[in-house]
Amino acid sequence: MRKLQGWKDIPIGTAIIEAGSSVKYLTGEWRNARPEHNKDKCTNCLLCWIYCPDGAIIVEDSQVTGINYDYCKGCGICAAECPPKVKAITMVKNQN
Amino acid sequence: MARLAALTGNNAAAEAIRQIKPDVFAAYPITPQTELAEEVAQFVADGILDTEYIPVESEHSSMSVCIGASLAGARAMTATASCGLAYMWELLPTTASLRSPVVMVVVNRAFNAPLNIHCSHDDSMGARDSGWVQLYSENAQEMYDNLIQAVKIAEDETIRLPVMVCMDGFIISHAVERLLLLEDEKVKNFLGEFKPVHSLLEVNNPVTIGACALPDYYTEHKKQHSEALRRSLDKIMEVANEYAKISGRSYSLFESYQLADAEYGIVIVNSAAGVTRTVVDKLRKEGVKAGLLKIRVYRPFPAAQIVQALKNLKVVAVLERTDSFGGVGSPVFTDISAAFMEAQTKEKPLMVNYIYGLGGRDVGLKDIGKVYANLQVINQKGKIEKSFAYLQARE
Repeated sequence: MRKLQGWKDIPIGTAIIEAGSSVKYLTGEWRNARPEHNKDKCTNCLLCWIYCPDGAIIVEDSQVTGINYDYCKGCGICAAECPPKVKAITMVKNQN
Repeated sequence: MARLAALTGNNAAAEAIRQIKPDVFAAYPITPQTELAEEVAQFVADGILDTEYIPVESEHSSMSVCIGASLAGARAMTATASCGLAYMWELLPTTASLRSPVVMVVVNRAFNAPLNIHCSHDDSMGARDSGWVQLYSENAQEMYDNLIQAVKIAEDETIRLPVMVCMDGFIISHAVERLLLLEDEKVKNFLGEFKPVHSLLEVNNPVTIGACALPDYYTEHKKQHSEALRRSLDKIMEVANEYAKISGRSYSLFESYQLADAEYGIVIVNSAAGVTRTVVDKLRKEGVKAGLLKIRVYRPFPAAQIVQALKNLKVVAVLERTDSFGGVGSPVFTDISAAFMEAQTKEKPLMVNYIYGLGGRDVGLKDIGKVYANLQVINQKGKIEKSFAYLQARE
């Protein structure tokens, strides 16, 4: 869990004084289901990478190598877009 | 030397604005503020005032312009009344929570319907929860003095809040009064330059202002705003004391007139304090211990100080030029009632709430005399039979 600041610590007037600070906001906390990627099934068509609204599909040397759970909100688009014959991504519901 | 002048309330406000010299003035004319907006425009057109005057197409725009200008680092001001204030409503809490020190004159005018251009306090009293500081002015002199102080309060780096300065439409805005004006140089030195905490125009130090805050941070932003408004009470007094040094005129959170040993008190806002004071003088000569409490700072509400000032009175009437329809009483009445609840004082007066002067209806010596007479009857009976009434409504 990220540390939440108190009212005395935040800049006044809703100001965000650091450029690019949104990378610190780990939206993965919002997720209620996580995509799990099966490397053995994956054909590296990269449809998941194209459709992911959060840039959370990790690609190295044109290969999908995993999912960035810091930012993945669990929307399931990657699993839906993965071709039905491949089904390399499955959504797993959070336990609690 | 101070300058003696004969000015209307609108003239006095325009004169203060000329001396305050805002970087940006964005206003849309509306009765009874029109003369003020015109006069500032005239100053700019004549080259007397170096201000970017933005003739906007609506009040929603005038406040939007002020917010943008203020956040860019400019001293921004505007003025409005009645429906104009209602039309910029959406932006009022935004201005305050963005901590933009915009200063606005509100020339109090009734809300429709029926259409009425005269004085009620519906507009600014309705905006009491928008997070602005609110100062009220009995006459043109107080409008002038409050407006200059408002800029200093708003721009203080420990406060950074917008301030609304109110006066009664027509009764004050259009009546010529004698008042004392400060030298331009004195006002300039008193206010200094506005130094923004963050400026949107500082390209080497970019900031984002007014971004989204979700449930995890929204509360902290509101708490921060709430604390700043509460804290501003001390700053308002500090500025008043500094202003007294350059003007010779002292201001407090409210005015206590013959209140120290009073048995019967009236609490009132703005111009009708004048007629009330006259009635107090007359009653005092007759041996009736009458007193008056005139609100100057309404937001933040000086609750503890008002309780101290009223707790030893026998009966108090809160007179208000607006109704909080369907509420326990009008705004000031409910605030004072809550203040006594909070203070838990043993001593407290019996208190009634009368609505008067709606839509500019004149309030005279007889009306106020009747109120003090009622208060004495309540004291004799030892109980209140009717705690809320329209003072001047015909049956």
